Amino acid sequence: MHTRTLAQLAGDLRARRISSTELTRHYLDRIERFDDNLNAFVTVTAEQALAQAAAADKRLAKGEATLLTGIPLAHKDIFCTAGVKTSCASRMLDNFIAPYDAGVVERLANAGAVMLGKTNMDEFAMGSSNETSFYGPVRNPWDRTLVPGGSSGGSAAAVASRMAPAATGTDTGGSIRQPAALSGITGLKPTYGRVSRYGMIAFASSLDQAGVLTQSAEDAALLLETMAGFDERDSTSIDEPVPRYSQVVGEPWENVTIGVPESFFDEGLDADNAAAVRAALAELTKLGAKLKSIELKYINLSVPAYYVVAPAEASSNLSRFDGVRFGHRAERAAGEDLIKFYMRNRGEGFGAEVKRRILTGTYVLSAGYFDAYYLQAQKARKLISDDFANAFRSVDFVAGPTTPSPAFGLGQKTSNPIEMYLNDIYTIGANLAGLPAMSIPCGFVRNLPVGLQLVAPPLHEAQLLKLAHHFQRATDWHARVPASYA
Amino acid sequence: MRWEIVIGLEIHAQLATKAKIFSGASTKYGAAPNSQASLVDLGYPGVLPVLNADCVTMAVKFGLATGCEIARRSVFARKNYFYPDLPKGYQISQYELPIVHGGKIDVVLEDGSTRTVGIVRAHLEEDAGKSLHEDFAGMSGIDLNRAGTGLLEIVSAPDLRSAAEAGAYMRKVHALVRYLGICDGNMQEGSFRCDANVSVRRHGETKLGTRTELKNLNSFRFVEQAITIEAERQIELIEGGGKVVQETRLYDPDREETRPMRSKEEANDYRYFPDPDLLPVSIDERLVADVRASLPELPDAKRERFIRDYALPAYDAQVLTVERPLADYFEAVAKSTKAAPKIAANWVMGELTAALNRDASSVADARVSAPALALLLDKIAGGTISGKIAKEVFEAVWAGEGTVEEIIEKRGLTQISDTASIDKLVAEVIAANPAQVEQFRAGKQQVLGFLVGQIMKASRGKANPQQVNEALRKQLGSV
Repeated sequence: MHTRTLAQLAGDLRARRISSTELTRHYLDRIERFDDNLNAFVTVTAEQALAQAAAADKRLAKGEATLLTGIPLAHKDIFCTAGVKTSCASRMLDNFIAPYDAGVVERLANAGAVMLGKTNMDEFAMGSSNETSFYGPVRNPWDRTLVPGGSSGGSAAAVASRMAPAATGTDTGGSIRQPAALSGITGLKPTYGRVSRYGMIAFASSLDQAGVLTQSAEDAALLLETMAGFDERDSTSIDEPVPRYSQVVGEPWENVTIGVPESFFDEGLDADNAAAVRAALAELTKLGAKLKSIELKYINLSVPAYYVVAPAEASSNLSRFDGVRFGHRAERAAGEDLIKFYMRNRGEGFGAEVKRRILTGTYVLSAGYFDAYYLQAQKARKLISDDFANAFRSVDFVAGPTTPSPAFGLGQKTSNPIEMYLNDIYTIGANLAGLPAMSIPCGFVRNLPVGLQLVAPPLHEAQLLKLAHHFQRATDWHARVPASYA
Repeated sequence: MRWEIVIGLEIHAQLATKAKIFSGASTKYGAAPNSQASLVDLGYPGVLPVLNADCVTMAVKFGLATGCEIARRSVFARKNYFYPDLPKGYQISQYELPIVHGGKIDVVLEDGSTRTVGIVRAHLEEDAGKSLHEDFAGMSGIDLNRAGTGLLEIVSAPDLRSAAEAGAYMRKVHALVRYLGICDGNMQEGSFRCDANVSVRRHGETKLGTRTELKNLNSFRFVEQAITIEAERQIELIEGGGKVVQETRLYDPDREETRPMRSKEEANDYRYFPDPDLLPVSIDERLVADVRASLPELPDAKRERFIRDYALPAYDAQVLTVERPLADYFEAVAKSTKAAPKIAANWVMGELTAALNRDASSVADARVSAPALALLLDKIAGGTISGKIAKEVFEAVWAGEGTVEEIIEKRGLTQISDTASIDKLVAEVIAANPAQVEQFRAGKQQVLGFLVGQIMKASRGKANPQQVNEALRKQLGSV
């Protein structure tokens, strides 16, 4: 049952071959069985899930179901869920029960989806290995000594191990695509603004975007068409109609040209990983796509620009966590001054990486440094956006590796933040330019999955999903499951 | 005087919108603490600000009324600092690109001269909550009802040269925002408050002196007092060989002094940057045209029209147009009475204003309506009652004893103007005062006034004074 895709399960439910209750129990059992080893979940909402499943079954019986009614899902613990702990994997929010549902959670719940629980992540989505979580690292289902990637590492591991058929995630610099690549699954980061940020705890507001981690492009399409759309509670959400992605993905192939930035294949990329990506590109040409070498002149500025803009916004976004109205509150010493109290709340509540980014962000916004860092980074961001816009005049997609290498070992990069940051070197550009991007499994390197990244022009999710779907019809990399979880 | 005082004001006007600037919560004053704070106002995780379009319209109104340029694109920025009444740890404001800038306001000073004060900019921002220091036994309480209320911060150029000028300017802005209906102007409730930047320099000096900022002045009187005291302090300091330090100071009206609020070492670096949760505000020509078309007549234009259309003296026109409700009241009276507009102006500025001051109430709560006053003035003009009796009627109507006509009727106040009755009254008074009549005959003209007074008294003020005069002279001449 757990090897079936979301699209297949939707069919099973509607044909009444299985009930949502059975399906939900099945996944709850798998979580029970495997999660001690993987640590993919922060919270499992078994009781609520079974109640939602029972309601979904009634809806299915009445014939009032949507394609997602009765489908179990996991939500990254960055999305607010009413009445359920929403921790952002931080000690700061370990005691925080959200009083409302995020837009994404609400839309999926309204469609009848069942929430299995909340997945582990890097603290406040800051990290590329899921090792900054207050709840401990998530392990990679392909090799438990390795990281699953981050920050949506819990969602990636949950889907890769089939503890959930699909999960939500967020992507600020690669936090959906990178763990999808390292965990051998499909990850989609939509256009900035395509999915509401309402109720998604902010890391870097101008870059954050909700998306999905799934078994296939078809599954991603199915989820996105429910999640996407204008939300008046998010001023940056886009007011454009949402295509029926799940129908579009299967439409016949058109002639497409794929741009390949040659600089992505330089010495920074693992040679075997490069070979796997080249092979996937060759597969796409067999399917009729044309490849074209392109140059993204300023893409090398993306990591430095990102590590100015994202911490700057984060330093301000995280100011609300002072331990007074919600969140971690230290024991207050008698007569202690308020600022000292804030400092202890924050000092105890935040982990090292979060503190590092608050410090960096505060620094780059300070008088005397603002022009040299923040403004320069914004200029670089504009150049990178223009680079992509120019490329999309002659190509339909930009493709390349998602990560420089397959999954790395737990603890291997934690002592060197710069090396950790470079893991997002290929993914950050799409965030800075606000573009939709996917990572799809494209082969194995030393028995570990690697990803092919596909980037499209703004609001071209339908075309992107179609390209990925056609690739997945011709290959089976995406359908492979780690042996222990098969 | 050897010293020149240079003042610029930053006025914070709370926008009179139903909902807050970035959340749907109510802005109503006086609710139970924290009962009007939504998750957005509380700075909960995951919530986002959504701009209230009414605030934009109101800012544009102000901009058009003061000849400002309306920015086609303005940007909200975050002002970052930690304070207990600022739940997000930043205030959403406008920094580099304010919504309107570069206007002016003409202020009429005591001596009748006009000073033009530059409006550097006016920008939109959210208000903070309130810290309450009473009733918490050594601790502070936080009320976030005010947090997120829309403010228009109006920044003047340093064009003001005395405390009185600053007061006059502040009054003018106060009247203007109320004319425009963008702020209720209630200073007790903190809807209209100001910070003053004050510096001094020797006459003839063109460079500005070092300024201090006086925070949170919430009455016209305090603004004037605080500036006077601060300027004196600065002058004394410089004359004593000292130097003014740029700092934020607090005015203490009880001790009649200003003192520093925070020292320079603690000066905040607000780390402004554009708020990524909000799109830039774009204003098109159509919105500007619509707002322009909806602008009411403004005080200056109204004053000129009153002089022109009602032949009022400049002073009367000025006084009547400071507040729109008073101007509207006057105009309603002037338009429907047969009496001259100047008479209506006298009554509005005299009886009405006195009664309102006595009750500490506003024109909206006037207990003699404009139509009632118009009718009362008609009664005088038509000779039904005298001006003196009219005042008695006015007070009775004010006291709620009935309508103008009911009171005249009930109290029998109709003027006595039939010749027979008046002749009778005159004859009686002459008969009762032989000594005075004797004096008059001896040439003492002043006695006439006394006799008229006696007759009026006998008639309980109702006799037509002109007729009394004539009858008296006639009867005295024939005796």
